[in-house]
Amino acid sequence: MDRKTKINAEDGTQEMVITREFDLPLEILFKAYVEPDIIEQWMGTKVLKLESKKHGSYRFETTDAEGKVLFQANGVIHEFISNRKIIRTLEMDNAPFGVQLEFYEFEKLTNETSKLKMHVLYESSALRNHVLKTGFVQGINMAHNRLQDIVNKLK
Amino acid sequence: METRRDVFQAIADPTRRAILSLVALEAMTAGAIAGKFDSTRQTISKHIQILNECELLNQTQSGREIYYYFNPEKMEEVADWLEPFRKLWEERFNKLETIMKKAE
Repeated sequence: MDRKTKINAEDGTQEMVITREFDLPLEILFKAYVEPDIIEQWMGTKVLKLESKKHGSYRFETTDAEGKVLFQANGVIHEFISNRKIIRTLEMDNAPFGVQLEFYEFEKLTNETSKLKMHVLYESSALRNHVLKTGFVQGINMAHNRLQDIVNKLK
Repeated sequence: METRRDVFQAIADPTRRAILSLVALEAMTAGAIAGKFDSTRQTISKHIQILNECELLNQTQSGREIYYYFNPEKMEEVADWLEPFRKLWEERFNKLETIMKKAE
């Protein structure tokens, strides 16, 4: 299996680093983090608000077919440098995971390839481990979106 | 029917991962979990039973109802407990790449 996505979370620390190399030019990769309609497609969540600028804020929400809210997350953008860096907080509503601080670094590799480093700090080592062990919590919106596919396969 | 239960086997199944993602947020009854899926209650009960046998779920009784919630400590047994999390992001990033390639 292709392991383009690498993850590192050392014992006893409260941080986690994910890196990924993309077969995409840097500007195109960055666009996927800025354009609400594109974020909606790959994150599988609705973008209610996204102010991609320093001191801007954002809010994501995922609902099921009946309109019931399944997942809500919000945060503040602390730094925004096009094609280079985003620093933001993220907090899931109604979940015991606290606020996390996220550093995204975008880097050009070649004209056609780029790299993303996502560095996340949690409030404590215990909280980090809880989130990571759950594994899918951040992807709960995605899990829900995929429920229908899964269910169809079961039938 | 599986005869041996382990954490790996439990998390290998996408439906069971979806169930874990639900009960990680709030304790739920088997009925409430089944309500989130279109498949039969029996199918979901079977999945809950497997998760329970692997101790990935804890349970608490409230009146006549049994509530299930996620037990993250059990994930320690998975040698590479980061793997499901990595996989989640791998899938997301793959999707991002596919979408952006089409848009280019």
